[in-house]
Amino acid sequence: MEQITGSGSRRETPLSEEVELENFIRELFESQKLAVLGTQNQGQPYANLVAFAPSDDLKSLYFVTARATRKYANIEADARVTVLIDNRSNQDSDFSQAAAVTATGTAQEVVGSERDAVLTIYLAKHPMLEEFVRSPSCALLQIRVETYYLVRRFQNVMELHVK
Amino acid sequence: MELVLSLEQIGSDDRESVGGKSFALATMVKNGMKVPEALCLKADAYHRYLETTGLGARILMEFNRKDFAEVRWEEMWDAALRIRNLFINTPMPRDLRSSLQSVFASKLPGESVVVRSSAPGEDSEHASFAGLHESYLNVQGADSILDHIRLVWASLWSDRALLYRQELGLDVEISSMAGVVQKLVSGNRSGVAFGKNPNAPHQAVIESVYGLNQGLVDGSIEPDRWLLDRKNGKIISHFPADRKKQVVTAPDTTRLQTLPAAQQANPPLSEEEVAKVFRLALQAEELFGSPQDVEWTFVGDELYVLQSRPITSIGAEQGQDSRAWYFSLRRSFENLRSLRTRVESELIPEMQREAQAFAQQDLSKLSDSDLAQELADRQQAHDKWKDIYWSEFIPLAHGIRLFGQVYNDAVRPSDPYEFMDLLGATEMVSLERNRRLENMAAMIREDLNLSHSLSNLSYPGLDHPFSVALDAFIDKFGDLSCSEELCTQGDDAIVRLLLQMASRPAAKERFRGEDIEALVEGFLSRFEGEKRENMEELLDLGRASYRLRDDDNIYFGMIENQLRLALEESKGRLWHRANIHVDGLDPMEVINALNDPDYVPKKATVKKIDEINFEVRPRQLVGQPASPGVVRGSARVIDSLSNLFDFKAGEILVCDAVDPNMTFIVPLAAGIVERRGGMLIHGAIIAREYGLPCVTGIPNAASLIHTGDELTVDGYLGIVVKHS
Repeated sequence: MEQITGSGSRRETPLSEEVELENFIRELFESQKLAVLGTQNQGQPYANLVAFAPSDDLKSLYFVTARATRKYANIEADARVTVLIDNRSNQDSDFSQAAAVTATGTAQEVVGSERDAVLTIYLAKHPMLEEFVRSPSCALLQIRVETYYLVRRFQNVMELHVK
Repeated sequence: MELVLSLEQIGSDDRESVGGKSFALATMVKNGMKVPEALCLKADAYHRYLETTGLGARILMEFNRKDFAEVRWEEMWDAALRIRNLFINTPMPRDLRSSLQSVFASKLPGESVVVRSSAPGEDSEHASFAGLHESYLNVQGADSILDHIRLVWASLWSDRALLYRQELGLDVEISSMAGVVQKLVSGNRSGVAFGKNPNAPHQAVIESVYGLNQGLVDGSIEPDRWLLDRKNGKIISHFPADRKKQVVTAPDTTRLQTLPAAQQANPPLSEEEVAKVFRLALQAEELFGSPQDVEWTFVGDELYVLQSRPITSIGAEQGQDSRAWYFSLRRSFENLRSLRTRVESELIPEMQREAQAFAQQDLSKLSDSDLAQELADRQQAHDKWKDIYWSEFIPLAHGIRLFGQVYNDAVRPSDPYEFMDLLGATEMVSLERNRRLENMAAMIREDLNLSHSLSNLSYPGLDHPFSVALDAFIDKFGDLSCSEELCTQGDDAIVRLLLQMASRPAAKERFRGEDIEALVEGFLSRFEGEKRENMEELLDLGRASYRLRDDDNIYFGMIENQLRLALEESKGRLWHRANIHVDGLDPMEVINALNDPDYVPKKATVKKIDEINFEVRPRQLVGQPASPGVVRGSARVIDSLSNLFDFKAGEILVCDAVDPNMTFIVPLAAGIVERRGGMLIHGAIIAREYGLPCVTGIPNAASLIHTGDELTVDGYLGIVVKHS
């Protein structure tokens, strides 16, 4: 049987694709401090900035918020959230060179014994927020990510679904 | 700010803004050497043009569609073509235009000029860009000068220039271009001088032709060549050329002319003149502090320097100069003609024979050691043809681009690929095959009884018009579409295909013969007399290049495939014998393992399954727009000719590369997605022919997309969306 191939074909296994994308997201997260958080209440979307940190396996994103905030109220009403993390630099070149990761998932407060372990990760990335996170009026939240949407080169989009 | 400087005005701080070529000319003028009068356009004009028109951002977008390492050579060329067309169709901003117009009109009134590139960073000792950017000879009038300046700017983005900058590790995006507008000195003998022979450091080399230098530089005229002793200038040897032609000026351009008999018999330079050129080269060397590559011309007895640049050192240091390869991408018409003959009559048939010989070998019957030998042979053949692919086939493809460039310059179409319609019109065999299939499908469409009985695999009598047509088709095209399945299933496979075709209205070909003729005439009518004849020849060459271009891909694909089959066979054996995974191994390791049962190859490291956190799914894949239109439908991944016949009307054809043997299902398809990128590939041509949306150059298209996936193919933007 005649297989149809062209010249210079370069096949990658799905495994190496996964590794490449995961590494890319990891590096992007390391390079950025702030994320745009999207919440909603009664159909009204709401976006704001949060200081985030990822878990080592990238399955969770953590952030800290005061409990009196609109975002916290929104999450209490509906735990489904979205997060955007990108590396744009406000130049023309962003259109072709910036990358953005959108995550979707659900948010919940981290309590109990787990809290200390997560705070260690979180403060390693944001040491200046030490006092803020220790405040009794603040909540440490975990977003359990269901899907990442990675956009590169203006319109190349890959999805990563958490197993 | 002054954008245009005369050579005399250029100061020592201006090197970056006027570029290496202009700076060298200015240096020579100041030291009393005879240089044609010239005006230098600073790189600031280029930057102002890119910024004001927004072209700069568009170029960035063009180059960031894909990882540069994944861009095939042909895609790079497409990008270069699109960018060049952007430059052609984007006029200079009015204030820039009017200020330049008045400068050129007042300082070079009524002169014939040469418009040349002068790239900052170019012509330094480590990065001599000789011949990478364009020069335009015999340009007349301020308007024409400005048009050609845009072409010179565009040449910064030619695929040759891009590949070369990439090889030197220069950032593709950070680049700049100045220009020089030089009074044309119509010399009757011209040439180049290398102050130091890169291959023999104690020698100098002088090459010379009659007429203008262009024929020597683009390789269409063989020069007389002298080797001299660098120490004393004595001629060591003279290699006379077979002198036949010369390049002379013609209205608005240059042309090749037969050399008068008296000149054919005599070298262009006397020994005294050779010595004079040598002294010129030494003078330049002294001035610039390193051996120079000097272009010069004699007007009567007067010797002019046209340009001077350092002899690049990278080639000499590395023992090989890959500039020659980039340079070969710019072969002259004469060169391409002889290359065509060689490729057409020798190389392609030879490659075809080799592929067929491999295909006849039954790998499963070979012993392990014979299989190892077979694998080694196939690897060797693969490497050999890969070299030939780069050294002969790709340069020949320049026939297509040469035609495309001439067409775009003459016609200035809004669609930079319009010329492809003229070249693709040579696809007569596959179109003829498709027409006959469509005629039979029409019979089924119009005859319910016939349709019904064929659906039940009951065939009408031998003298039925349908049977007659089917027999005639198989007689003529049986061999063309003889995949394994077609051969074993015979008529049934074709009938199934015809029933699919009959289930929907006939696909319309976008072009009829007369449309193509109108396009051809629209192009040729812009030229007169001898020039028109040249253009007809160029069209013929372009069509041959296009046809061969596809053939070489197909046969090289077969060689690659034969190597792959041998690896597959080895993979099965080694897995059964010792649980060795061949995937990702160097073929040499596989050969060793086949020959020696105790050999344990180093395994390629892959991540373990339980470490995988995510399942990756493509959502939106970016390739190249190859045929306009948007369509949504179900994917059918074709990975072998045998599953071609499963194709259902209205599906989207997804494959690694559309092979001419596959094109008969194209009228059934709603759209095409292909891994192989580029506008000049078969899939793109045939998609345009039937007006189907087509996106090419999606890496891993056939593995990321699966049969049954719901896709949107956007042939305007060059993207494919996979719906969940």
